[in-house]
Amino acid sequence: MANYSTNEFKSGLKVMLDNEPCSIIENEYVKPGKGQAFNRVKLRNLRNGRVVEKTFKSGDSLEGADVMEIDMEYLYTDGEFWHFMATDGSFEQHGASAEAVGETVKWLKEQDVYAVTLFNGAVLTVAPPNFVELEVVETDPGVKGDTANGGSKPATLSTGAVVKVPLFINIGEVLKIDTRTGDYVSRA
Amino acid sequence: MPDQNLWKPSCTRAALAARAAFYRSIRTFFAERDVLEVETPLLSSAPVSDPNIEPMQTVEGRWLHTSPEYAMKRLLCAGSGDIWQLCKVFRAGEAGRRHNPEFSMLEWYRLGWTLDQLMDEVRDLVRTLFQPRWAELPELRISYDTALRQYAGLDVHNASPEEVAALGIQTAGQDLQLGRDGWLDVIMSHLVEPALPQDTLVFISGFPASQAALARVARAPDGHLVAQRFELFFNGTELANGYHELTDPEEQRRRFDNESRGRPVDERLLAAMVSGLPDCSGVAMGADRLLMHLTGSPAIADVISFDWHRA
Repeated sequence: MANYSTNEFKSGLKVMLDNEPCSIIENEYVKPGKGQAFNRVKLRNLRNGRVVEKTFKSGDSLEGADVMEIDMEYLYTDGEFWHFMATDGSFEQHGASAEAVGETVKWLKEQDVYAVTLFNGAVLTVAPPNFVELEVVETDPGVKGDTANGGSKPATLSTGAVVKVPLFINIGEVLKIDTRTGDYVSRA
Repeated sequence: MPDQNLWKPSCTRAALAARAAFYRSIRTFFAERDVLEVETPLLSSAPVSDPNIEPMQTVEGRWLHTSPEYAMKRLLCAGSGDIWQLCKVFRAGEAGRRHNPEFSMLEWYRLGWTLDQLMDEVRDLVRTLFQPRWAELPELRISYDTALRQYAGLDVHNASPEEVAALGIQTAGQDLQLGRDGWLDVIMSHLVEPALPQDTLVFISGFPASQAALARVARAPDGHLVAQRFELFFNGTELANGYHELTDPEEQRRRFDNESRGRPVDERLLAAMVSGLPDCSGVAMGADRLLMHLTGSPAIADVISFDWHRA
């Protein structure tokens, strides 16, 4: 990969820092009038999402990270890997480890499309769409007539995720869930 | 496909008008005080010596000035009396939210003045210029070592090089392999500057002798050698840098030789200083930075007609 000098740093640039792929969030040039120039840089570690702040001497460089984000359809799991296929017609397939899938495992539904980040050709992370539609496989029986007011109960979805739902929801219904908060939105 | 919007200015018409009014105020301020407005060449035969400033060069081998300091001092040596100048200066690679490689500098010199007198005048000018936005601006004058002790917890006179480096590494998040002054720059810019009181003109003076640049070095009341230099900070940015000017040509030549790193030395300035630079204090201010504060603009591009990317 190419090297990037501090004057090429900009938000969104993918670079290697301490052997970890990172994305630059912010880059601020700092120059005391009579002193050394620096770049204060905020980077997000693409593996674990952690944000770090580092200062570089202006003119220093970092190696670019071979990172690509592509849309992929979830196919199946063999217990060890979760398999995805590119939606661009290439039929390119990748298997993601449990670590790469992370929390997203709660929202994986066959044939749905996920944003898969590849690092050096291997799956680094899998991000769900903001909303998914999943079927309720277990919950207490629905309470008739209660369609608006308060009260909630746990429901287990087809993926194993447990979400809080209104009392009127029954087994077999398909629900729209916000994956960012894990909250029930509506019936699908 | 070139960006079809890059012909447009990076600032609003209101910002153009603010600059025009701002320049009128500066001219009135110095005219009322009998300081002579001068103009010196942008293209000179010798470059700046400061190793932390990168000058640009033309195909003819001339150097674009990075401040009008050397030529203005030659005027002082020739008997100009008090002078001021507002001009464009050029520094390679200095691009960022608060930096543009071509920017406007306001610089002036006062014969026989102490640094305290010059700080008074800087304060009066900034108060005048900022009047539309801040009716009253308090000021704070503190020494470099007080600022570092108070805002970074560092005793700069007694700290070992290892202690300075350790705080610097912790602040930068990694070891940048800097010397003592480099780490002090990290500490100053990352810890001290952001912690200074807001809406206050903060003058920091008594910089380490190793950061004297073209200022005199003298013994402070506490016995430490310090540079006779101040910087003005305001709401997180550095606005001005003032010196009680070094007048000794031999000391000047030594500093040039120490830091020139192969760049030619400005022999015309040295010859002028041999002929005699009167005792004086001088200051350089970033005019665009002042305008950013005055107009409440977060980026220097907001106050420049066409910033570096549109020029």
